[in-house]
Amino acid sequence: MMRSRHNDISRRSFLKTAATATGGLVIAVYLPACSKPEEAAKNAGPAKQITANAWLKIGTDGSITMLCDRSEMGQGVYTALPTLIAEELGVAPSSVKVEFAPPGKEYINALLGGQVTGGSTSVRDAWEKLRMAGAEARMRLIGAAAKEWGAPPQSCSVADGYVVFTSRRKSFGELAEAAAALPKPENVQLKTRNEFRYIGKPQKRLDTPAKVDGSAQFGIDTRLPGMLYAALAQPPELGATVKSFKGEAAQGMPGVRHVLQTSSGVAVIADSFWQAHQARDALQIEWEPGKNAKLTNASISAGLRSAASGKGKEVRKDGDAEAALKSGRRFEQTYELPMLAHATLEPQNCTVEFRDDGCHVYAPTQVQQLVQAVAAQASGLPPEKVFVHTTFLGGGFGRRLEADFVPAAVECAKAANKPVKLVWTREDDMTHDKYRPPARNTLSAAFESGGKLDAVKIHLVAPSITARWFPAAVANGAVDPFAVEAAHNFPYDVPNVYVDYLQHEIGIDVGYWRSVSHALNCFSVESFMDELAYEAKLDPYEFRRAMLDKQPRWQMVLDTAARKAGWGHAPSGHHHGIALMSGYDTYVAQVAEVSVQGNQLKVHRIVCAIDCGQMVNPDIVHAQAEGSIVFGLTAALFSEINIANGRVKEQNFDDYRLLRMNESPQIDVYVVNSTEKPGGMGEPATAVVAPAVCNAIYAATRKRIRALPIAKQGFTV
Amino acid sequence: MIKLTINGQAQDVDVAGDTPLLWVLRDTLGMTGTKFGCGKALCGACTVHVDGAPTRACITPAESVAGKSITTIEGLSSNRSHPVQLAWMELDVPQCGYCQSGQIMAAAALLKQNPKPTDADIDSAMSGNICRCGTYPRIRKAIHRAAELSTKEGG
Repeated sequence: MMRSRHNDISRRSFLKTAATATGGLVIAVYLPACSKPEEAAKNAGPAKQITANAWLKIGTDGSITMLCDRSEMGQGVYTALPTLIAEELGVAPSSVKVEFAPPGKEYINALLGGQVTGGSTSVRDAWEKLRMAGAEARMRLIGAAAKEWGAPPQSCSVADGYVVFTSRRKSFGELAEAAAALPKPENVQLKTRNEFRYIGKPQKRLDTPAKVDGSAQFGIDTRLPGMLYAALAQPPELGATVKSFKGEAAQGMPGVRHVLQTSSGVAVIADSFWQAHQARDALQIEWEPGKNAKLTNASISAGLRSAASGKGKEVRKDGDAEAALKSGRRFEQTYELPMLAHATLEPQNCTVEFRDDGCHVYAPTQVQQLVQAVAAQASGLPPEKVFVHTTFLGGGFGRRLEADFVPAAVECAKAANKPVKLVWTREDDMTHDKYRPPARNTLSAAFESGGKLDAVKIHLVAPSITARWFPAAVANGAVDPFAVEAAHNFPYDVPNVYVDYLQHEIGIDVGYWRSVSHALNCFSVESFMDELAYEAKLDPYEFRRAMLDKQPRWQMVLDTAARKAGWGHAPSGHHHGIALMSGYDTYVAQVAEVSVQGNQLKVHRIVCAIDCGQMVNPDIVHAQAEGSIVFGLTAALFSEINIANGRVKEQNFDDYRLLRMNESPQIDVYVVNSTEKPGGMGEPATAVVAPAVCNAIYAATRKRIRALPIAKQGFTV
Repeated sequence: MIKLTINGQAQDVDVAGDTPLLWVLRDTLGMTGTKFGCGKALCGACTVHVDGAPTRACITPAESVAGKSITTIEGLSSNRSHPVQLAWMELDVPQCGYCQSGQIMAAAALLKQNPKPTDADIDSAMSGNICRCGTYPRIRKAIHRAAELSTKEGG
């Protein structure tokens, strides 16, 4: 059989594209300057901090501090990344003090080309890099001790913060300075898997204590001496601008210090946030309508529908699907997905202070360099004079890959000549998000006369996030790799497969939302596969399984989920649906168990099987799966952003409903033992739950859901 | 001047009487453990105890709680020793952690009133607290665990 080469667009090729298309652009634009880790060490306390490398400082008092170059937004990097270094240093992860790293060249995520926390890449990017950093530091410490003792380095070892040789031992703190002066070691040996003491073993999260007593510092908790507070009136219509405003009434209200127009609306600065917020309501602003003044959900849908008749860019071509579709028994369906808000529980916020050395920005951000770049632009300072202090993030989910909450804060601090904390309200946040792209995906299939699946064609239609966020990556006709996930790697053994992506812009900005296009495309592909199983009069699990003999990791998680869920033996009145996906080098299958009484849907249980390769922290892997399932289920059941006259209708959690404790199903997570390289876990399980639940609803009712959310499809949830 | 009693300490605060307790705690007093999530009592991130009852600080005017006993996450225990905090740490409940002050305060109030809650009791007491990271399964387990720890402590 002739088969064209699989056109596999992955994040790696995204990087390659980004690297070749842009050369040093990432560095030039997002990495204008790098503060040195030594600068962070300056204020570190009485003991001298010796910089071992970009991630590691060893105090002369023996303290070990890791500079964590990824943002902690719940996914566990604050624990997993120190574990990688601690393993090689031979110290318990719990003994490592963690600080967030400043922007720096050393901290570029090789999988994404910038200092970015996203794409479930943190552990995958760090896996060798941070173990190497720990191992190098270990070798230097040993080298320093061996030199002093006149001992052969290979006979020295490390244990709990000491270098040990026969009966002698010396602490890392005593050795740190001499170790740092040694040349970079050669032939660095990493521990083998069976030598791991911490990796892959249960480890407590290092951020939990601060998160149970209220002491964890999120961006919104930043407090600086003499700090003022700002509230911002942004245009209700996305893309509108300030035509004129009257600020006198607001200016006269208690506590108000300044009223000013910023690049993103009119700000009120006051002694407390409540005062600023109250005075904001007294602003009289006339807005200049923009290009979205007539935008509605209906017009967006109509635009996608009409664009869909066109042909997209080819993403994958195996065999000749078009020809097969003409000859076989043909089946075709279209799936539609709504826009969604991120709704991080910590609303967007940013605190800025101008000091003698430059502009200090305290932000819950997933992209330190972007914050640095936009703050530089807003302040008029060169980027090396902008210091970004990363806090804990009260949720990220892709929302904080944007820096839209930064410039106005910089402008306020500049105008007030005092530190200013700008806080968005929940309504500001809900109505000024960068929403998950809507999508309209059409899938076609043809069966051979014998009933075997002969061709599948996947036609993806959606706006491109990357075209705005990182245009260089999609220049020269390149397909946005973050638009075709979970479709380009269609795993089933079908001779003719064609995937294309048609970029259709909708007028407003769209953003990366946890699992990105996996959620759009997995829903489409796995709903369609389910439909095909019923068309073929086969069991949906067996139908998939039979086409995965060449894909052992996919098949393994599918089998595991089916077995653990008791596939084919749902409790009386309950029904099962199954779905499968691979993304972020991780494989996920889920079985949803639902019941439907009249129109009342209840999701009882989600069984999730995962192969994420080598785990660093098994408990965090489980936690991420559990949380991702709740996140994905929320979207599947309830979530939808509606637009009228360019304005977002949803305002708060009463009209943008999030899953609650009483609605949360039983979640059973099973992780397949694997020694493959680590896969990402922050996102993949998010995408699989919607098709699993909708397939279970079909099993229960024979009603096929082809548009989300489920609550809009005649079910009460 | 409004007289508040917060975590056993008398505090005189100079704010407008209708200022929500949340902003008095966070901005006036610098106690940032209590979080702003929605401003409309929809998410529970701002939950504190007022005379022992779980209360949404974001819609509670400061003047309405003058003279009452207010407990925040900072005052739940001095060293993370409250059974709910112990259980939360044992099960590593938090992810991003932003909602957890509110979750912990709601759970502590539940256990005080109902030392052995059933799953249905937990659903009813905790459904006002949103966790966007989806830690609900662990919150449920941790509440049961905290109930056990309290019983041991008390017994």
